[in-house]
Parts: sequence; C-alpha cells; structure tokens
Amino acid sequence: MIATLPLPWPFDRDYMQLALLAGLVVGISAPLIGTFLVHKRMSLMGDGIGHVAFAGVAAGLLLGVFPIWTAMVAAVAGAVGIEWLRLRGRAAGDLALAMFFYSGIAGAVVLSSLAHSLNASVLSYLFGAILTVSTGDTVVIVALGLGIVTAVVVGWRALFAVVLDEDAARVAGLPVTGLSLGLAALAAVTVVAAMRVVGVLLVAALMVLPVGAAQRWAGSFFGTLVAASGVGAASVVVGLVIARVWGVAPGGTIVLVAASAFALSSLRDRR
Amino acid sequence: MTTILIPNAAIQLDDVSFAYGADPVLDGVSLAVAPGEFVALVGPNGSGKTTLLKVLLGLARPDRGQARILGEPVTKLRERWRLGYVPQRPSVSADLAATVEEVVAAGLLSKGRWARRLTKHDKDEIDHALESVALADRRKVRLVELSGGQQQRAFIAKALVTRPEVVVLDEPVAGVDAESQRRFRDSLVHLVQLHRSAVLLVSHELGAVADDLDRLLVLRHGKIIFDDTPAELRASGVSLGIHPSDLPMWLEELE
Repeated sequence: MIATLPLPWPFDRDYMQLALLAGLVVGISAPLIGTFLVHKRMSLMGDGIGHVAFAGVAAGLLLGVFPIWTAMVAAVAGAVGIEWLRLRGRAAGDLALAMFFYSGIAGAVVLSSLAHSLNASVLSYLFGAILTVSTGDTVVIVALGLGIVTAVVVGWRALFAVVLDEDAARVAGLPVTGLSLGLAALAAVTVVAAMRVVGVLLVAALMVLPVGAAQRWAGSFFGTLVAASGVGAASVVVGLVIARVWGVAPGGTIVLVAASAFALSSLRDRR
Repeated sequence: MTTILIPNAAIQLDDVSFAYGADPVLDGVSLAVAPGEFVALVGPNGSGKTTLLKVLLGLARPDRGQARILGEPVTKLRERWRLGYVPQRPSVSADLAATVEEVVAAGLLSKGRWARRLTKHDKDEIDHALESVALADRRKVRLVELSGGQQQRAFIAKALVTRPEVVVLDEPVAGVDAESQRRFRDSLVHLVQLHRSAVLLVSHELGAVADDLDRLLVLRHGKIIFDDTPAELRASGVSLGIHPSDLPMWLEELE
C-alpha cells in the first residue's frame, strides 16, 4: 500500500482499504457477468468454473507459480470447455457443468496432495481471505475488473440479443458462438478476480444473488446491470463493516448480505 | 408439383434436401417468393416446416441444394438487416426486466452497431416499428408485463425495425388474441404493399391473413404438394377460415 487514505472507521486501516478496493471491484463486476448467466439459465456456471480454477490454484502451488495465473488458465479453459460442450449439443448445460465441476475439485485434491499443500494457503482461495489481499493482488483484481466492465459496456447489447433468442441473433448475423465463448471467458476472469475476495466456493453467489435482488426493482435490462452492480458493491461494504464489528469471516458475511438483499427483494411481487 | 422459379426472387430454395441421419425431412424442395409477394407455408406436424425454415435462414446446412436470400446464398448474406425474422414467441424468463424498447433496439444490431448508443435516427426507427404494431405507448414498459399477443407484436417490431426487404415469420400468432392478430395482419399488409417486402409466413392459423395472401404453399412429407393461390385451395373445398372444414382440420388429415 502506497499510503493509507483518511477514511472513517472501519476503513481506517490499510488492510481494510485494500479489502474495500478489491471488494468493490469484484462487487461491481461480478453481477455484470452474472446478469447474462442468470438469463441464459446458467446461474451455476460460476460454481463450475470456480472448482476448475481451484485446480489451477493447486497446480500453481505445486509448480511454485503465482496461483492467480494458473487459476486463470484453468478457469478460462474450463469455462470455454463448458460452453463449447453446450453449444455443440455434446452435453446438456448442467451435465457439462457437472463434468467440469467434479473434475476440477478432484484435480485440486490430487494436485494439493502432490504438493503436500492442503493448508492455509489453499484454504484462503477456497473460502477467500479479503483482509489479507496484498497490494499486488489488488492491482491484478482492479485490472481484471476494468477489463470486465469495459467488455460489458462494449458488448452488452449484443449479449442481450443472444440472451433474448440465440437463433434470431444468428439470423441477424451476430457471432453467437464467439459471444457465448467470450461470455464464458469473462465469467472465468470474474471467478479469478473474486477468488481472493469470497473464495471459489462462494464466488458464484456474488455473480448471481445481486442480480436476483436487482431484477425485481429494475425497470429495464440496462437498469438491471446497473442495479445489480450497486447491490454487489453495497453487499461488500456492509459485509466488511459487519465482519470488522463482529470479527466474523468477511467472505461469507458479504455473501449473506447479498442473500438477504435477494430475500428482501423477493417480497416484492412485480407480476 | 413443379415450382416455377422467379427471376430476382427475394427468397429462393433450389432443390433442397435434408435428412436427420437416415430420415429424410426435405426432399428436393424448390420455392421462390418475389419482392412484394405475401406467401404462406403450411403443412401438418412433421412435414418439415421447421427444417425448411432453418435451411432458409442459414441455421441448418442442407445435404443438397441451396437457400438464397436476395440473390445471395443465405450463409454469405452480409447485409443481414435486409432479412427480418420473427421466431415463435421466445420463452422469455418472467424475471427479465427488458423494456419493449430494448427488445426492439436489439433488432438494430444486424446493422452492426454494438457499442454505440442509440442515435436520434435509431429512436425514430424504433418509434416507427412500434407504431406499426400499435405498441408506441408501451415503449418503456417491461416486456413481461405485456400480454402474450403484445409480446409477440414487440418481437415483430424487432424484426421490422430495419425495414427489411425479406421477412420470414415462424408461427407468429400461435395462441395470440384477436386484437393482436388484426394488428399483426395490418403490419404485414403494410410491409408488402408500401415497402414491397417479400413475406413468407409459416403458420397453422391463416384466418387473419387469408384474404391478403398472394400464394399458399403446402408442405407434406418434405415435398411441396400445393403451390397456388388460396382461391385454388378454396375451390377444392378447403377453407382458410375458422370453419370446421378449415385448414388446420385439413392439415391434420394429411398427417
């Protein structure tokens, strides 16, 4: 950290400021990708990718490489693989997901045992460790988040057309296969960015729950994207405050706050 | 029956055959629709209508023959905005917050304007398309808050927003209320008469447009068995209306 900013309690300490920055980036960008996954009825895709990314983390620890990069390679390959199987009709969406989901976690267990590293380092990726993110981690997370936001700003109309009707999008000349694989790759980037914040086991929650909360209130699809990012960011801030006050695990707290927002919004019946 | 191919046809299938494995679905189908012509394609369930549409739109590759749109092989058609497609009403998630305007604006993407914000001209075109299906006052409403018929009219506006020269519709009025059927008929007649668009309508329910059709094609077991005016079919005792001896009953007998 270059300098500690004069922020009020509980963000007065440098580790809390790093956590806030990394968390806000993930809280804003994860629901952007989640909005498209939810409407493609692939809400659990983030979970599948998360487990593959975990195998990548274990591979990184085994090889002595920065685990974020090995996780990135594994996650993108896994995400593209899941979507490729679905698009080719080789496996139903949920079956393709299950295949990667279980292979990922099994691979992670085997690689961890080879590296004799089933320890705190691995657990920090499994459950998140937002309060221990380094300046280097935060720089990577911010860069990945900026990439995700830029991609969504440029491509949201085209991705929306694909969500609406894949065949009609193909007839309109949109590169549906490329867009779908691109969305899968972005989901993988999101998982890797969020891995240190909430952990691979909870990363999909931050992609999906804010969307569930936002779409009951939003008046448009674009409004859903904006509102979901708002709910994601607010969940991070509130979750970090609660975690600091009561000394509980921040990753789980952030997700519980997002789940509460979803539950509260479900009380509103728009139909 | 031999179809006479029309020079400069807007829609053309040349001797198209298609099989799923060993099961032939289309067997040497040829058809053509000229600019400004309103043609309906009907056929009993399993006759190959859906496959024919997929080949026509470039979503399936035929084993033999070729589909052409505006003179070009459909898979090589670059100016995609010249082709409008209205699918069977997509199963939109009840939680999708998209507005009618957003759905119609998605139709403009065939002009390749992904990243750009909507211009004044785009908004005028959206207005025009929504007026043609009588939904101008529902522009900012969420799609899922409309009735089934109104939702389908929004998807018709999405297909018409680029003022396409060719419009292909797949069962667009299935289960749609009478008011929406009338609006739907008006917008198609407007397209054919004012814009000289070629319209190919695949449907079981022709009641709303029966009097406006130039030609009717009947597909059975992957072959076109009738290609003539609706009057000719009526002359053989088949009504296109809603009487007991009407088209759907007749099609069921063909199965």
